[in-house]
Amino acid sequence: MINGVAGYMYPNEVELQWSLLIVLYPYITGLVAGAFILASLERVFNVVEVRPTYRLALLTALAFLLVAPLPLQLHLGHPERSFEMLFTPHSTSAMAMFGFVYLWYLMVVLLVEIWLEYRADIVHAAQTRTGAARWIYRVLTLGSQNVSAASRSIDDKAGYIVTLIGIPSAFLLHGYVGFIFGSVKANPWWSTPLMPVVFLFSAMTSGIAAVLVIYAGASLMRRTPIDMRCLDTIGKYLFYTFVIDFSLEMLDLVHRTYEADESFRSLDFMVHTRLFVSQIVIQIFMGTLLPITLLAATQVLRLSEPVRRRIYISASMLTLIGIFAMRWNVVIGGQLFSKSFLGYTTYKVEFAAREGLLSAIMLMVLPFILLFVLVKLLPPWEEHEVAEA
Amino acid sequence: MEITRRQLLTRCTQLLVLTGTAAAALEKNGEPPGPGGTYHMADHWWGMMIDIEKCIGCGNCVRACSKENNVPEGYFRTWVERYQVTEDWEHPKVDSPDGAINGFPANTDPNVKSFFVPKLCNHCADSPCVQVCPVGATFVSPDGVVLVDPDYCLGCRYCIQACPYGCRYFHPEKHIADKCTLCYHRITQGLTTACCEACPTGARRLCDLKDPKDPVHEFLRNNMVHVLKPQMATGAKVYYNNLDGSVR
Repeated sequence: MINGVAGYMYPNEVELQWSLLIVLYPYITGLVAGAFILASLERVFNVVEVRPTYRLALLTALAFLLVAPLPLQLHLGHPERSFEMLFTPHSTSAMAMFGFVYLWYLMVVLLVEIWLEYRADIVHAAQTRTGAARWIYRVLTLGSQNVSAASRSIDDKAGYIVTLIGIPSAFLLHGYVGFIFGSVKANPWWSTPLMPVVFLFSAMTSGIAAVLVIYAGASLMRRTPIDMRCLDTIGKYLFYTFVIDFSLEMLDLVHRTYEADESFRSLDFMVHTRLFVSQIVIQIFMGTLLPITLLAATQVLRLSEPVRRRIYISASMLTLIGIFAMRWNVVIGGQLFSKSFLGYTTYKVEFAAREGLLSAIMLMVLPFILLFVLVKLLPPWEEHEVAEA
Repeated sequence: MEITRRQLLTRCTQLLVLTGTAAAALEKNGEPPGPGGTYHMADHWWGMMIDIEKCIGCGNCVRACSKENNVPEGYFRTWVERYQVTEDWEHPKVDSPDGAINGFPANTDPNVKSFFVPKLCNHCADSPCVQVCPVGATFVSPDGVVLVDPDYCLGCRYCIQACPYGCRYFHPEKHIADKCTLCYHRITQGLTTACCEACPTGARRLCDLKDPKDPVHEFLRNNMVHVLKPQMATGAKVYYNNLDGSVR
């Protein structure tokens, strides 16, 4: 009997191919897509309440997007060949499109929108700051110093159009990541047309939760009051998207259980044994039902501000844990059972390995460092707040 | 040195002509494209016939493959499974100790139906592994063999996930996807595969579906032939005679 294997696995299946880093990949891209969609609420749908988080959400999306390809790069057997995906993509491969989808989202949507939004601030900084900072902002102006009312109006219109393009792009980015998994017909745990939709809604949920936590954390660090109207609105959207996400996941579960195809017994056994803690306990109870109940309470009960604030923050943190567990259960869970449906293997995370826990922690800390730098460079706070600070 | 426009144009033209001629000469005198001198890829469409009743689970094929292709220890381009099936045929007991590289311990239970199933890459015509490769490093050759270009593979392992049969592995030293090549270096020289050559009972036989004289045509016509996981619609070309319904 091979260590960690129960029943029969095809001999090449014992070793897992996609590790913890591939769990991070959909998690991080999900945060990007979700944060952007939250930002677009203000821009396109004119939800003015979330205005305090608009810029912060854009910078959060950028910080995470810059890190998104790194886990993939670290995972490749030959990272030096990764550019072949851009130069000689294979047209039938779902994965081959990643570079293009990524670059489109980064170059056409996010950077352009951030630049348009910040242009007046950048020009102002280029004119008022001194030393090296002056030069950095000068470069960031891209040579355009015109901040007249007419020019700002053009910025605004262009920004609106970019956001309009950005929303389907954000859907594409994460729906596409779901398709990478959902289109693997050999793997019944992954192979479902619901996968891109589930990924999309879980992305929105996690991105909204992440911005809420970052906004609350930043306010705490800057000792500025949290805008409760903003928090209430984000909490409301978090609740709605989470309910849709959970409903989709339950639809998938009900469908699988009712259909009970050849893989069902094997997958059912896995959920009740090896995935019990990560799926049933962490993902469903702790990471989904509990935050949904907490958020529902804020919608139906009259709670005081401090209570609501605590509820939003704890529900968002639980959501982030729950969605991470969901990514784990999809990626790792999909490799724990044999395609013969006769056995199960085990995954043990290494610590100081290339694809180990340490790398994963560093990759999750990196976006926050980037975000810190971005926030210093392009302060997302409202002007009166900056003056107060 | 002064150079006129006329001289420059003349020299460029000479260079172009000479380079073209040299390339043509090299192509004619150097190695011809394709695997061998007289071998024409378009004339073949390779597959394999496996006769379950003839397999004795000796593991000769696994050993021969491992040696011929320098397969790293613990990974398998081919392996043999032993099925032990009771009346509850949907839940067979299956084992393949070390891919059966040393055969099997004796079966001690007389109340089960026991048989061996050799496994290898099915060299699918509509191969899911080829479909998903992001750079086209894995491909179906014109003679129907699924191959991996070791100098091009990124090592993303999407193909390993996409194979329904568990036939691919990640090479621990080369850091690329690796699999059965149907001994392409041998079959293009007119030889059979290492596993077929080593099989003492003729349970595994290489076949060429484009060769009208190949026994495969009779095999397919006269036997109860099945492929693994036909519901996957991969166009598998490893044909099993008398494959039990319990086999996955």
